[in-house]
Amino acid sequence: MPSTVKLSELAIGGRGTIRGFPGQGPAFLRLREMGVLPGTTVRLVRTAPLGDPLEIQVRGYSLTLRKSEAEHVLVEPAGEP
Amino acid sequence: MTEPALNPASAPRTPVYALVGNPNSGKSTLFNALTGLKQKVGNYPGVTVEKKVGTTFSQHGRPITVIDLPGTYSLAARSPDEAVVRDVLLGRRADTAQPDRIVCIVDATNLERNLYLVHQLLDLGRPAILVLNMMDLTAAAGLSLRVARLEHELGIPVIPCEAVNGRGILELRLAMSRADLPLPRHRWDIPPAIAPAVAELQASLIENDGKQPLIARAEALLLLTDQDPLRVAGSTPLRETTAGMLEGWKRRWQGEGVDWSGTLVNSRYEAITKLCAEVVQRAAPAGPALSDRIDAIVVHPVWGWLVLGGIMTALFLSIFTLAEYPMNAIDTLFAAAGEWVKHAMPPGDLRDLVTDGAIAGVGGVVTFLPQILILFFFIGLLESTGYMARAAFIMDRLMSRVGLNGKSFIPLLSSYACAIPGIMATRTIEDPKDRLTTILVAPLMSCSARLPVYLLMIAALLPGDRVPVGTKVGLMLLMYALGTGGAFGFAWLFKKSLLKGAPPLMIMELPPYRLPRMQDVLLQMLERASLFLRKAGTVILGISIVLWFLTAYPKPAGPGPVTPEQQIAHSFAGTAGRVLEPVIKPLGFDWRIGIGLVSSFAAREVFVSSMAVIFSADHYEGGKHGDVTPIRRSLAAATWPGGARLFTPLVCLTLMIYYVFAMQCVSTVAVVKRETNSWRWPLFQIAYMTGTAWVVCLVVYQAGRALGF
Repeated sequence: MPSTVKLSELAIGGRGTIRGFPGQGPAFLRLREMGVLPGTTVRLVRTAPLGDPLEIQVRGYSLTLRKSEAEHVLVEPAGEP
Repeated sequence: MTEPALNPASAPRTPVYALVGNPNSGKSTLFNALTGLKQKVGNYPGVTVEKKVGTTFSQHGRPITVIDLPGTYSLAARSPDEAVVRDVLLGRRADTAQPDRIVCIVDATNLERNLYLVHQLLDLGRPAILVLNMMDLTAAAGLSLRVARLEHELGIPVIPCEAVNGRGILELRLAMSRADLPLPRHRWDIPPAIAPAVAELQASLIENDGKQPLIARAEALLLLTDQDPLRVAGSTPLRETTAGMLEGWKRRWQGEGVDWSGTLVNSRYEAITKLCAEVVQRAAPAGPALSDRIDAIVVHPVWGWLVLGGIMTALFLSIFTLAEYPMNAIDTLFAAAGEWVKHAMPPGDLRDLVTDGAIAGVGGVVTFLPQILILFFFIGLLESTGYMARAAFIMDRLMSRVGLNGKSFIPLLSSYACAIPGIMATRTIEDPKDRLTTILVAPLMSCSARLPVYLLMIAALLPGDRVPVGTKVGLMLLMYALGTGGAFGFAWLFKKSLLKGAPPLMIMELPPYRLPRMQDVLLQMLERASLFLRKAGTVILGISIVLWFLTAYPKPAGPGPVTPEQQIAHSFAGTAGRVLEPVIKPLGFDWRIGIGLVSSFAAREVFVSSMAVIFSADHYEGGKHGDVTPIRRSLAAATWPGGARLFTPLVCLTLMIYYVFAMQCVSTVAVVKRETNSWRWPLFQIAYMTGTAWVVCLVVYQAGRALGF
């Protein structure tokens, strides 16, 4: 079982592949429709100056989401960014 | 069988197109390029979503109707805007006929995500045209697209386009003019786990809801993607049978642990990824994109704040300085018009109605135009360059403390200058409860119209002809702080009680920075201003005339010529002031101040001129920019019947605080009514704001008296 971390805990600039995703909740349906799906590669670009929300890069574009949402997404960290 | 004679009555009408696409895909630019000024903006009945319809022309010069549907990421709607898109396309709105054909616009540099919506649209089985916009940016992004391949795979015309430069528009018009467009070739296998449910729902939709087969299938798929569909007013609901069937399947899958909506989304993206692999070629990846490098500063923990502060300052400066010139010009213009009427008409009530009622009323509306135009220009610029999203990103944490999201930031900020453009700017907030909360608290942000009142009261408050700058600034800041605190406090309160809802999502795209097309920014600015003039203007004019009437009638009998002071004391407004006195006496106000409060309901700055009239200040040369010194002296001399001074420092302070909180702006009321589509919320707003003003002033005055002031 590959080790996973919460998306919110990825290092800044770090990449990962999504492994775990909650099935319920309006936030998660929308996230998935925006292309954040199990098996997708994402990169954590930065956090906002006040610490929240996060900016991730996925499928070639930038998306923001709150830490409270990112906490439920499990990611397998990749090697080098 | 004879051919039917071709006469105009039976000529096939040109198809109605729907223009659909993601936000930030250049849809507005495309719509403007196609329709120019032939656009009409209205409302979908029952929802606060704008309906934009325009006309473009086919290659033969026949008019083609294009409906610009709101930008959406998916037909599984998360906001009223998106629900309207879904309902119009599925033919579920009685007020809008189902469009015949679809033009989908996608951002060529961001194809995968954009194609998700297209994938859903193709299910509808309508003739469609795909516009690949922003082709000019693909090279910079290191991408090259195989357009012919894409066309082959999807089976619909694909038109590369650069809407900002106008390239591709002609080809698009040609495609739209075609008498026959191919139906999409949508090769996609529905996941086996879901397929039986789709078939069953499709059958039910055909039989019970009267849907055509392809639309029924599209809707079935949509029902099986959306876990909690958003229903809006004006949208036809599902028939009982179909709804029951849907529930049955959902419960069954829940029991079996099947992630039905996830399965569908996954399946679509798998198809899309495969398609993109064949169509998109990535050249050697460029270095960090320009947008990334800009963001490194703009969203930087230190520099980011400076940038934000700089932009805020520019916004305010332009309101307080730039707007001054046209506003003064407008004031002069209307004063001149009033003078001309005074000379041209015989003295009497009709003349007064025209000058003090109608001209003053219209002048009151038009005076807002410079501020509205400037603010909307700025907001349009911030939005189209992509900075707006960054501002929301930065401020989100603060906003979420009170239950709002970062998108409320710019509307609230704009309200410091004038709540009207601020409230109109709340359209970008998707969640209706968030939007309503922002609208309700926006007027608490101390707008520029309060300044004349503050200045007058500060002058009256402090003895001596010159007010030390430090005190002035300090008191002003106190008022601004009170207003801002009130706005956030009430936002928190509303989100916790009345407008309680799910915590707002902050899933937002950060679009790449783009150079805006000035025509689009200007067009939008003019559209908003014209909407304001037409919708709010009529209400404001009406109420201004009513208020004039209240101060002009009834006329006192004499003896001798009647001074303005006597007139206003004797009028309905005067009576209202006297009736109000018991209510406002605990705040330290008398009936004459009461008249000021009543008459300044039209606009806050009217308070100053009312005070001038009521306390018969000599030679008050008026307007909001007049010298307040003569008024100061009259105010200082004013007393209660018993001889006690009326405008004590405490009363001046209390009066300022009253204006921080009270709703004293008929123009704002009119705009809120328009933006919320009902009178309920503006009336509620008046009640809670003025009620709060009364309570706070009561506390301040009584506490001050108790402390010996």
